[in-house]
Amino acid sequence: MDFFDNIFTNIYAWLAFWLHELLMGWNLPKDVESALVSAIMIILVIIVIILWMVLMVLILIWLERKNAARIQDRVGPNRVGPWGLLQPVADTIKMLIKEDILPENADRFVHTIAPMIVMMPPVLMFAVIPWGKGMVPVDLNIGVLWIIAVASIGTIGVFLGGYGSNNKYSLLGGMRAVAQMVSYEIPQVLTIVPIVLMVGSMSLVKINEAQSGWFGMQWFVFAFPVGTIAFVVYYLSALAEVGRTPFDIPEGESEIVAGYMTEYSGMKWALFYLAEYFNFFIVCVIGATLFLGGWNGPILPGYVWLVAKTYALVLLGMWIRMTWPRFRVDQLMNFAWKVLVPIALVNIVLAGVALPIFKMIGF
Amino acid sequence: MSTPLVLTYVGFFVMAAITLGGALMAVSARNLIRAALGLIIALIGIAGIYFVLEAEFVAVVQILVYVGAISILILFAVMLTRGLMKRDLPAQNAQWIAAAFISLAMFAALLYVALSTNWRAVETQVAGDLIPKLGTELMTTYLLPFEAVSLLLLAALVGAIVIARE
Amino acid sequence: MPVDYLPILVMIAIVTAFAVIALTLSAMTGPRRPNPTKLSPYESGMPPFGSARRRFSIKYYLTAVLFILFDIEIIFFYPWAVLFRDLGWFGLSAMGTFMLVLLIGYVYVWRKGGFEWD
Repeated sequence: MDFFDNIFTNIYAWLAFWLHELLMGWNLPKDVESALVSAIMIILVIIVIILWMVLMVLILIWLERKNAARIQDRVGPNRVGPWGLLQPVADTIKMLIKEDILPENADRFVHTIAPMIVMMPPVLMFAVIPWGKGMVPVDLNIGVLWIIAVASIGTIGVFLGGYGSNNKYSLLGGMRAVAQMVSYEIPQVLTIVPIVLMVGSMSLVKINEAQSGWFGMQWFVFAFPVGTIAFVVYYLSALAEVGRTPFDIPEGESEIVAGYMTEYSGMKWALFYLAEYFNFFIVCVIGATLFLGGWNGPILPGYVWLVAKTYALVLLGMWIRMTWPRFRVDQLMNFAWKVLVPIALVNIVLAGVALPIFKMIGF
Repeated sequence: MSTPLVLTYVGFFVMAAITLGGALMAVSARNLIRAALGLIIALIGIAGIYFVLEAEFVAVVQILVYVGAISILILFAVMLTRGLMKRDLPAQNAQWIAAAFISLAMFAALLYVALSTNWRAVETQVAGDLIPKLGTELMTTYLLPFEAVSLLLLAALVGAIVIARE
Repeated sequence: MPVDYLPILVMIAIVTAFAVIALTLSAMTGPRRPNPTKLSPYESGMPPFGSARRRFSIKYYLTAVLFILFDIEIIFFYPWAVLFRDLGWFGLSAMGTFMLVLLIGYVYVWRKGGFEWD
């Protein structure tokens, strides 16, 4: 299975070598040549990642609609392509030729820039994920913190979207969304501390390495109780952070129409929609990387494992979305500040005390 | 100059340009939200400068705390203001001449210090991962300030509650 | 190394370009037939009243302040967590003191109703 495991790294190495050979003919200075090769390789890798993201999200959207239909005893999209597989593509084309409506008195600049800001964080997070053995586009030794920091930028876009629309529902939705995202960021950031503590590094690659071996028994979900609690807190706060249904107060249709997206149409709306699914996908990837062993797994190649684990989390999220009613605002805030934060804090203490004791016993 | 060094220079100037552009937008915008947006851009530029200076941890904290949190606080604070939600506010008030003068004086003083100080060039690059070093310093040399920070934050928490309850 | 962040800079550029191209493309292909009803802010079919730019409850501000303060406290956990193995019991007690103060603040905010919403 080594061949499939290394196929992408081999293609990368081969391409870089080929480029090198190609440039040899131009008789460039050595310095310029290597810089040029690495620049081209960087751009190639980034383009591949972005295409990969778009592909994953199109599948995710299709899967969600199909799943929702199954759970609600409907058929779901089934007209465009086999099993409705091309539905997301058709939707994209439809979005592209829709009218872009800018409500009167809206702030044009802010209204336009908001969806672009919201798009940015999940994309930046995709760049630091180890997708397979040796397949990490950018290995940062502050990986975990980078993810947390970048994720917090999205709130600004959401707020600006709500403000820029000149609509009461939008503004209320934007404010609520920001308050919610900000509140759930605290338990999310807290719950990753025990993982960093167990690994002794913030690099996602190192965190992955620490979970290898023992046929999955080294995954941090199984590091009972610390890892398990951390995983549950992470998953719940991640769902809330991306605003999926039990936590979708910011866009609760029955109260405030579509929240901060109310006045958006056409491509701008599509960007918001896309960002929502990017975010959902990436929090599942991060959950799989931090707690489910990342790309570690027997027999199959690493990247297959990571995608499989990610989709397991995705399907769980869809299941929760389809079967749970929406929380009230006060319940939502209470859940973050009075339930998740104390649990995460106790978990850190637990990890801090349990680890040295384990070490003393010689575990 | 080696390629990484050239990139460092280019990176610095790009980030400095972003910071300055954001700052200009912050002081010249006629709408408070746009001014706040300018400030956010400036803060991102400063984070970029930290990245260029290889202070990754500080840069990420800059993004997390300033771009992610302080800016939200500023935006929410704007939402609390009374008449300031209107669109075309004058960007200057009567004090702008004095403010410009003080800013210029400040800039001159900083420039003087920057040019007259005999900066020590760092001979060897600090190798590898800087975060463990930071942690060690925090837990040994700077233990007292570290604990003092917690007291400061406690005071801030109490203050926030008291102000909000008024 | 700052060079490590080059791909991320490239990524920002490409994604921005993607968003700009998508928006201009849709602006070119999409129709543009505005009318007063279409442009008026959506308020469930009622004629809109008052301004949408209004003042907000201090609740939101308080949430943001609490977020910042806890955020800063949590940041301090990370260098400690990385070094945890080397620091041992000393580090744990230092962090314990820090956390205790945080806990006092947390309990204070809870008792004073800082986490209540409405």
